[in-house]
Amino acid sequence: MSDSFVIKNLNASIGDREILKDFSLTIPKGEVHAIMGPNGTGKSTLAKVLAGHPDYAVQSGEALLDGQELLGLEPDVIARAGLFLAFQYPSEIPGVTIANFIRAAIVARQAKGAPFDAKAYYAELYAKMDALKMDRTFTARFVNEGFSGGEKKRCEILQLMMLKPKYAVLDETDSGLDIDALRIVSEGVNRMRGPETGFLVITHYQRLLEYIVPDRVHIMWDGRIVHSGGKELALELEAKGYDWVKTELASA
Amino acid sequence: MDTLTSPALTGILDSALQSADTAEFRAQDWFAILRQQGWHTFQSLPMPKRDDEKWRFSDTRTLSLSGYALAPAPSDAEAAKLFARSQFISRPAGLMVHVDGHCIHKPALAPELTAQGVIFEPLTDALRHHPALLKQYLLKHKAGLGGDKFLALHQAWLRAGYLLHIPKGVTVTQPFVSIHWTLAEGAAVFPHALVIADELAQATIHDFHLSARPATRALAISACDIHAGSGAKVHRLAVQGWSSATQSFQIDNTCGGRDSLISSVHAAVGSRRARLENIVRIDGPGADVRLCGISVATGEQEFDQRTLQIHSAGKAKSDLLFKNALLDKSRTIFSGLIKVAPDAQQTDAYQTNRNLLLSTEAEADSLPGLEILANDVKCSHGATTGQVNPDELFYLRARGIPLAVAQELLAQGFLEEVLARVENEEAAATVREMLRVKFHQI
Ligand SMILES: Nc1ncnc2c1ncn2[C@@H]1O[C@H](COP(=O)(O)OP(=O)(O)OP(=O)(O)O)[C@@H](O)[C@H]1O
Ligand SMILES: [Mg+2]
Repeated sequence: MSDSFVIKNLNASIGDREILKDFSLTIPKGEVHAIMGPNGTGKSTLAKVLAGHPDYAVQSGEALLDGQELLGLEPDVIARAGLFLAFQYPSEIPGVTIANFIRAAIVARQAKGAPFDAKAYYAELYAKMDALKMDRTFTARFVNEGFSGGEKKRCEILQLMMLKPKYAVLDETDSGLDIDALRIVSEGVNRMRGPETGFLVITHYQRLLEYIVPDRVHIMWDGRIVHSGGKELALELEAKGYDWVKTELASA
Repeated sequence: MDTLTSPALTGILDSALQSADTAEFRAQDWFAILRQQGWHTFQSLPMPKRDDEKWRFSDTRTLSLSGYALAPAPSDAEAAKLFARSQFISRPAGLMVHVDGHCIHKPALAPELTAQGVIFEPLTDALRHHPALLKQYLLKHKAGLGGDKFLALHQAWLRAGYLLHIPKGVTVTQPFVSIHWTLAEGAAVFPHALVIADELAQATIHDFHLSARPATRALAISACDIHAGSGAKVHRLAVQGWSSATQSFQIDNTCGGRDSLISSVHAAVGSRRARLENIVRIDGPGADVRLCGISVATGEQEFDQRTLQIHSAGKAKSDLLFKNALLDKSRTIFSGLIKVAPDAQQTDAYQTNRNLLLSTEAEADSLPGLEILANDVKCSHGATTGQVNPDELFYLRARGIPLAVAQELLAQGFLEEVLARVENEEAAATVREMLRVKFHQI
C-alpha cells in the first residue's frame, strides 16, 4: 500500500455538476497505467482534483500517494509530496522564463537556505533539453508564451524530467505532437520508467501506447473506471469504439 | 562661513538659512536670484489639500515638510563605502555620485567624449563652466501637475545634480550614471538632472536614487528636465529606491523636438510616499516617445503617479505604460492625461495603466484622461486592476512552488514587460534584483 498510488471511491464535482463518481484506481510504483475514455468523461477533472485544483470540490474518497493522503492538501504541497501533472492545456506565464520557473520549482524542493547550484542546474537543464530536442534558447523564453502546441507539451515533459516525481499524470501529452515529437517525448518518459516511478497516462490514441507501453489500460466512462485490461485493451477499444463501452460495459 | 552644515540650525524651511545659502552663489547672480525666486514661490504657495483635484486620492494629510535639514558632507569613510556601493554599471560613459546632496565623485569622461564636446558635470561646476547653457535651460517649466510648491522648494535649494550636454550629432552608447544617496537622518536633498541632447545626439542616462540605510528619514525633491533636439535619441532609466521613511517627489519635464526618440522607464520601490509628476511635451513633428513606469508597493507605501502627454506637433507618437504591483496595505494612484492640440494631426497617443493586486487590502486608483482637439488622431487610454490569474497561479503551484513565491514570480513577470525595455542588461539586472529584494522584505 505504501508503495503505490491508491485512489479510492473518489467523488468530486465542479459547481453543482458531479463528475467523478466513486472513482477507484491503484497504480503500483514502477507501473505505467493508461486511461482512455470519451471527451467529457472526467479524465482531466481527475488529474486536476488529484493535483489540488481549488475549483473542484471533493465530496468523499481517498488519494493515497505511498500512503500519504493528498486530498485537502495545497497544490504545491501535493507536488512536493511527489505528484506531477503534465497539463492537457498548459498555462502561459508572461514575463517568467522557463529557466527561472523550473529553478523556483527546484528551490522549493530544497531544504530552506540550502545553496542553489546554478552550474549543475543549467548543465542538467541543457542535457534534458537536448534529449527532448528543444532549442536551448527556450530557457530564456517566457513559460509557454507563444509556444506551439507541441512545444508546450515538450516543455511539460522537460519539467517532469527535471522535477523527478514519484508519480506522474500525463494528460493527453500526445495531442498536438508531430510524429517525431511523439517519439522523442515517449523516449523521455520511457527513460524515467523504473521501479521508483509510477505513471498515469491519459490519452485518446492507441498510438502513444505503442511508444509508452502500459502495464494496464483502463476505460473511463461517466466519472469512473468501467473496464481494465492489459495493453491489448487499447487495440480492442480502438476496434470497437465507445458504443461498445456504452452498451457492454457502462450499463453494469 | 558654512552655516548650512551647522547642526544647530533647525531646518530647511528657514528663510535666513536660505538667504545665507544663496549668498554662496553670489558670483552667479542669476542663479542666486533663481534660487531666491524659488524660495518666494515656495512661501507663497499653499500645501496641497485633500480637495485639490491634482491631488485626488493622494493622502495629503501626512504630507509634511517639517523636521528636515540640509545634511553635512559625509565622512571620507562613509563616502568611500557608498562609492563602492555605486558600481552598478561596469563601463559607464561617466559616473557621478552624490551623498546627501554633496558630490563625492565627479565623472572622468573619456578624452574622445570631451573632445567631441560632451559635458557631464556636477551643477556647481557647470555654473562656473557653462553658465549660458544653464541660463537657457535650467528650470524653464512649471511643475504643472500639482507639485509646484515642491518644485519651488527644489529651485530654492538647488545645488546637487548634473548637467549633461551631448552636442550635435554625437552618439554615446554607454550610459551616463548618476547616483544620489541619502545618509543622514532627516536629510533633505534636491537632486537635479538637466539633459540637453542637441540635434541628432544620442545618450542613455541612468539615475539611481538610493539610501544608505533602509529606514532613515529623508525628504527628496528631485527634478529632471530633458531637452531632446531634432532627431535626438534619449533613453533614461530612473530608479527610485529611497529608504522606507522617505517622502519623495520626482518632477520631470521632457521636451521632444522634431523626429526625436525618447524613452523613459521609472522604477519605484522606495519611499514611504513617492510622487512622480511626468510631463512630456511633443514640440516637433515625428517625435516618438515611450514612457514606462513600474513599482512594487508594500506595507503602507503610497505611489502617486501623475502624467501628461502634450502633443503640440502632429505626426508624432507617445506611448505610456505604467504597471504597479501592490501588496499589503499599499496604495497607488495613476492619473494620466493626453492632450492633443488642434493642429497636432495624425497623432498616435496611448496610455495604459495596469495594476496587480496581491493583497485584498491594497488599493489602486486610476484616472486616465484624454483631451483631444485635433480630429485625425489615434488615441486610446485604458486601465485595469486585478488579481493574479488563478490558472497561472495554479500552474506554478502544481510544480511545487509555494503560494507566496508563485505570486512573486507572477508579479515579476507582470513587471518584466517594462524591464524588457531597459536595453542595458546590467541596469535591468540591478532593477530586477531591487524588485526581488523588495518582495523578500515582506
Ligand atoms: N468549470 C466547469 N463548469 C462546468 N462544467 C465543467 C467545468 N469544467 C469542466 N466541466 C465539465 O466536466 C466534464 C469533464 O471534463 P474533463 O475536462 O474532465 O473531461 P475529459 O475527460 O478530460 O475530456 P477530454 O477528453 O475532452 O479532454 C465535462 O463535461 C466538462 O464540460
Ligand atoms: Mg481532458
